[in-house]
Amino acid sequence: MTSIISCSHVDLGYDGHVIVKDLNMEIEQGAYISVIGQNGSGKSTFIKTMLGLVRPVSGKIRRSLSGKGIGYLPQQTEMQKNFPATALEVVLSGFLSRKQRRPFYMRKEKFTAMEQLKKLGIPELSKTCYRELSGGQQQRVLLARALCATDQLLVLDEPVTGLDPGAAKELYVLLKELNKNEGIAILMVSHDLSNALKDADEILHIRHEDYFFGSVSDYRSSEHFHEMNGGAVHGTI
Amino acid sequence: MELFKEMVSYPFIIRAFIVGILISLCAALLGVSLVLKKFSMIGDGLSHVSFGALSIAIAFGIAPLKLSIPVVVIAAFFLLKLTESSRISSDAAIAVMSASALAAGVLVTSFTTGMNMDVYSYMFGSILAMSREDVRLSVLLSAAVLILFLFCYHKIFAVTFDESFARASGVDVSFYNSLLAILTAVTIVIGMRMMGAMLISSLVIFPALTAMQMFKSFRGVVICSGFLSVICFCIGLSGSYLFSAPAGASIVIANLIGFLVFRLLRMVVRQNV
Repeated sequence: MTSIISCSHVDLGYDGHVIVKDLNMEIEQGAYISVIGQNGSGKSTFIKTMLGLVRPVSGKIRRSLSGKGIGYLPQQTEMQKNFPATALEVVLSGFLSRKQRRPFYMRKEKFTAMEQLKKLGIPELSKTCYRELSGGQQQRVLLARALCATDQLLVLDEPVTGLDPGAAKELYVLLKELNKNEGIAILMVSHDLSNALKDADEILHIRHEDYFFGSVSDYRSSEHFHEMNGGAVHGTI
Repeated sequence: MELFKEMVSYPFIIRAFIVGILISLCAALLGVSLVLKKFSMIGDGLSHVSFGALSIAIAFGIAPLKLSIPVVVIAAFFLLKLTESSRISSDAAIAVMSASALAAGVLVTSFTTGMNMDVYSYMFGSILAMSREDVRLSVLLSAAVLILFLFCYHKIFAVTFDESFARASGVDVSFYNSLLAILTAVTIVIGMRMMGAMLISSLVIFPALTAMQMFKSFRGVVICSGFLSVICFCIGLSGSYLFSAPAGASIVIANLIGFLVFRLLRMVVRQNV
């Protein structure tokens, strides 16, 4: 396995203020990592650092992404829910990157965008207005956009927030399929501990100034897990 | 037709039409992004700042545009940064800024020249105010806005729809936000002399809002909003000439009628589906 992103002795934080100390981890090809932790523990700083939007306070992050970049699925804003744009317009914006200088999209990109919508089971919605879609459909459109931006690594920030349980479950199934069938690595911030334990291969638990990173089975027997579980007895989840 | 011939025989009307059409086109295009980003009130705030700057310029005998364009551009940057840092809510920031600028303008005017015709025309607009310099500036400005929209259309969409994703894709979000702010500031300074400080913000907000009633794609909204704005401007200005009504107010009313018509159309369309 080769790693897509590797962090060695990284201190995460803002403006020299360290939130997570001495982080060592590898995101390998095809990995499925759930990031958990209390609010304000540094999860979003971690995500922003991985995306290259925030520089680490110290340490080295090595990204070896071939060709395309990282597919990011940020949290939805209120404004987006009422946005006048077709699903296809939103998906196509996934092709924007630093390299792109052309003022228009190529036929091939439009074709790929439609392919992604098909893959996610919503090709018939390509001309539908984004604001008329259900919460679950909107997340699929954003996922299709993220897939246009990457073929290696998806970064998701609490993707099931605001979805009803059925739609959340469907999204989890889709992510698992993408991970298994297409070999796309998944890095997902989640509040949903039970799903994180069920679907993910590895857990990154961020706590004030320290962290746990390892396989799900190691995590279950860790002190971090017990804290998260409110000190409950082994195996309740 | 007779009326049209009569109208175009006055050079000041032709100037007003040229500047007005270009300014309403720019305002409408920029407006789509501003309205969707919930920056509608920025136009209003900036017009008040512009009024303050203009009255000070008149009081001290400085060329109005030379003072007000830089001041309003700085104000636009300031408001944008304020909204980004999110310490103060942006609507409160805009309200405070616009009231202060308006107050400064009114005070300076009343101590120096008094509330004369010039100041009145900045408040409520005048089609007589368009000079040759305004025509030149508005042609330059509209060229800049059109080029920006043609070449950066997809980036503007991305920045409007989802700043976080755009930033993660490597789009320089602050650059595009600043560009929007500068162009909006210049649009407002030039446009407010015709529309008036009190009414210019409608030129930014109305066309986008109206277009959003009917169109489902971003491209549709942008194109429709540009056309609507120009059409409403022409109807409004002709109406103001016909009935000797104030230009700014007539244009706003034309926009309001446009909005109501679209709103009605949407209701009809929805009932038939």
